[in-house]
Amino acid sequence: MNKTINNRAWFLVIPVVALVAFNALIPLMTVVNYSVQETFGNNEFFWSGVTWFEQVLRDDRFHGALGRQLFFTGTILLIEVPLGIAIALTMPKKGPWVSVCLVLMALPLLIPWNVVGAMWNIMALPDIGLLGHTLNELGIDYNYTRQPVSAWVTLIAMDVWHWTSLVVLLSYAGLVSIPEAYFQAAKIDGAKSWAVFRYIQLPKMKRVLTIAILLRFMDSFMIYTEPSVLTGGGPGNSTTLLSIDLVKTALGQFDLGPAAATSLVYFLIVLLVSWVFYTLMMRNEES
Amino acid sequence: MAKVTLENLAHTYFNRADGAAEWAVKRVNLEWADGGAFALLGPSGCGKTTLLNIMSGLVHPTHGRILFGERDVTGLSPEERNIAQVFQFPVVYDTMSVYDNIAFPLRNRGMAESEIATRVAEIAELTELTPMLKQRAAGLTADGKQKISLARGLVRPDVNLVMFDEPLTVIDPHLKWVLRSKLRELHQRVGTTMIYVTHDQTEALTFADQVVVMNAGEVVQIGTPVELFERPQHTFVGHFIGSPGMNVLPTEIDNGKAVFAGLPVEVANPLSGSADGKLELGVRPEFVSFGTDGIPATITSVADAGRYRIVDTQASGHRIKLLVDEGEAIPAQDTYLRFDPGQTRLYRDGWLATEGVAR
Amino acid sequence: MSLELRNVTKQVGGEIHIFPTDLKLADDGFNILLGTTLAGKTTLMQLMAGLHSPTEGEVWFRGKNVTGVPVQKRNVSMVYQQFINYPNFDVYENIASPLRVAGMSDPVIKQRVHAVSDLLRLSPMLHRRPSELSGGQQQRTALARALVKDADLVLLDEPLANLDFKLREELRDELPKLLSGRDCTVVYATTEPSEALLLGGHTAAVEKGRVVQFGSTGSVYRDPDNFSSAAIFSEPPINRLALQKEGERLIAPSGDKWPLPSALAGAADGRYILALRPHNVTIARRHESDVPLAGQVVVTEISGSESVIHFEVLGTTWVSQSHGVHRLAVGSIGNFFADLGQALLFEPDGKRVKGGA
Repeated sequence: MNKTINNRAWFLVIPVVALVAFNALIPLMTVVNYSVQETFGNNEFFWSGVTWFEQVLRDDRFHGALGRQLFFTGTILLIEVPLGIAIALTMPKKGPWVSVCLVLMALPLLIPWNVVGAMWNIMALPDIGLLGHTLNELGIDYNYTRQPVSAWVTLIAMDVWHWTSLVVLLSYAGLVSIPEAYFQAAKIDGAKSWAVFRYIQLPKMKRVLTIAILLRFMDSFMIYTEPSVLTGGGPGNSTTLLSIDLVKTALGQFDLGPAAATSLVYFLIVLLVSWVFYTLMMRNEES
Repeated sequence: MAKVTLENLAHTYFNRADGAAEWAVKRVNLEWADGGAFALLGPSGCGKTTLLNIMSGLVHPTHGRILFGERDVTGLSPEERNIAQVFQFPVVYDTMSVYDNIAFPLRNRGMAESEIATRVAEIAELTELTPMLKQRAAGLTADGKQKISLARGLVRPDVNLVMFDEPLTVIDPHLKWVLRSKLRELHQRVGTTMIYVTHDQTEALTFADQVVVMNAGEVVQIGTPVELFERPQHTFVGHFIGSPGMNVLPTEIDNGKAVFAGLPVEVANPLSGSADGKLELGVRPEFVSFGTDGIPATITSVADAGRYRIVDTQASGHRIKLLVDEGEAIPAQDTYLRFDPGQTRLYRDGWLATEGVAR
Repeated sequence: MSLELRNVTKQVGGEIHIFPTDLKLADDGFNILLGTTLAGKTTLMQLMAGLHSPTEGEVWFRGKNVTGVPVQKRNVSMVYQQFINYPNFDVYENIASPLRVAGMSDPVIKQRVHAVSDLLRLSPMLHRRPSELSGGQQQRTALARALVKDADLVLLDEPLANLDFKLREELRDELPKLLSGRDCTVVYATTEPSEALLLGGHTAAVEKGRVVQFGSTGSVYRDPDNFSSAAIFSEPPINRLALQKEGERLIAPSGDKWPLPSALAGAADGRYILALRPHNVTIARRHESDVPLAGQVVVTEISGSESVIHFEVLGTTWVSQSHGVHRLAVGSIGNFFADLGQALLFEPDGKRVKGGA
């Protein structure tokens, strides 16, 4: 749409631009600054070009953390998206239960993230936690503080519990907007429920699902609070995801150069995947 | 294919319907002969879509039953009734090609692929979709998609009934003619019972051999387009069908003759009996003409509709419209009107007046 | 001195939506934009209102250049095809909304709202919400909101298209009366030729971003300048045939020779396109000079008092529209008579050729 030009609108944007500049651009530039310089203390910096980037990209520790991160994101996407769609399909579209269901679904999303981590931390404790103790009573050898497998299972369970609701709510919105006539036509055509799902519901949810997947990818790839509170990256470094590793490097070891370089690589990965997604989504819109 | 009978059908969407207004369909008894082209015509909210959905099985009626032939199908689901329905806006399966869309109902019934291929080719040829069979259904225009909906409805060889729910709503006006003729042609070639639901009289009257006119949940008249036009049994039908609708004027009986504006008017159904109830005269604008004597009237406006003109007149405080062909003269302001006696009728309380028993 | 478009074009992205257009609307009566969907009617209306600026050209209103003046500054009201009302306001507030924005006092608002709602017979419904009203009532609310503003320019974009057939008839009757006597320019977009004819006024035939003809509705209907204009203004679609004129005869592609109608006497010899509206091709012979045509019937449509029959003739399909009911079986041979005295002749490029000795 080509509206009539009104230059005064630009003035309204200035406060936002200033805020974004202060909160995002300047720190980002600082990080870029650190990533291409080296310091030995005393606030003296030497240009080091791409040294840090080379080091980081060759570092086994980085590879490990990146690998774990990718495994984490892949797993939760594979679980949360189908699960979310399935739950959305069972939710009622009309009637008094709609609000109840929506509220129930929204509840996990409202809990502060560190509280989520703390909740699961305590609940999964093998000796006194409700979940941990019950599992051990049932004969399952479960201890997330000592066993990497238990730690991973707990981590993934926590994320699924926390974030599936988002996929549910988005899918539900997509499902509810499908006109009734499509279902009526499918009934008349004799289509079974699987066919109805495959040929009507899923295609009509495409746009909404793309957004859901994009959001879940970005959030899970950058996740920090919950795993940090739950396992702190342990046992050992078995659940040290990329963000946790980064914080350890930057604040723990105070290696600003490598940390800054890792941050930028991290940022670029997220940017790249999001851009690919966005382009695919836009191309789908046009066709 | 079978005769469809609606027996004592009534339906309400409310749990407890006390007032008459809450019944969407009041008491309908209808028989649709096998292989006919029917229209269900009425204004918005008259219950025609409810009736359609009852017939297709999407709505279970509160009372009454439906029979296909001798079989009671009231409890059956849509796919068990073997019917087809084309909706107001095109319903196509976006991810499939046109071919797959049309084949879908057949595949769901487990038909062999070779048989499906023959059948789809046949129907595609009928609906002029043959060049587009390989294309993705989502890429077609609105009328193309409606044709796919139509094809999907016709492709099953044993379909009992095809129903159209205002199918031309989203079609471009200059394409409506084409699709309308296509639907009629299809009926003449395929021969399945077809019911067309609409509020548009042109669509109903051109498609159907028999039209059922509904208003407020009840059937008002059933007849051929000509019967409905020439002999409306209720002033509603007279008003609803025909553009402009029938002129309805208050009248009294004086000495056995109908009187309007103090002058006697010849009618096709004179009443010799009692004259109780609200009496009205109905005459279509097509059957009113100018004359040198008759009912005095003043011309208030002339609207040009191309091949004819609609003249609005005032006579004795009432509005009377008449149609004048292109090229015919229209007199000056004050003139006289004559009603064709063979096409002027007496109505009592809205219904066509008959001797003796009041309706 | 009403609304004028001077050499206006509109380009969006790489596409030209409106080609260079000059249009001078009439002061009174309806100015109708007639054309198929996507012909450009809505874009033209948006340019007239100031919702969009033209890529090139100027918009003048009442002697002032209003190009680029945003719509909020113009005194414009618009009614759309979809009944657009504020869902959370009741009818009274809906109608009052433009007056509240203009900052009028409550007593003035009350008086004007009541005046307009009486006119549109909405008074019993003033306290209902739009969702509780029928389609016709919702559209009348939108109309009331447009009228209460006393705008200089009233734009109606296919306002009756979503209404029942009968309701459309009624409102179409009422609209000219509602808008008469006000000092405003009215623009009405529609896709139906019959609607344009019944509303009268002036008509601009629009096709693919161009105004192909503008004039009083009757003259555009009876005297089209070009084939597009004639085709737009015909429902059922106009009959056409490519043929040749030689001397006093018209020669059809089949070789049939027809006498030249006197109205076309002055035209030069050569190839032409003949156009004839369906109601001039009838089952009954109406004039001595009518040309007989016979062809295989493809479709018969009866509408109570008229028969529309499509038949194949001279290598193409023609449509005839006759009074009365004539049920011809599909596939049978129908005999028709064409009143060539009403025929329109066009050059192959579409330009109208008039006779004129």
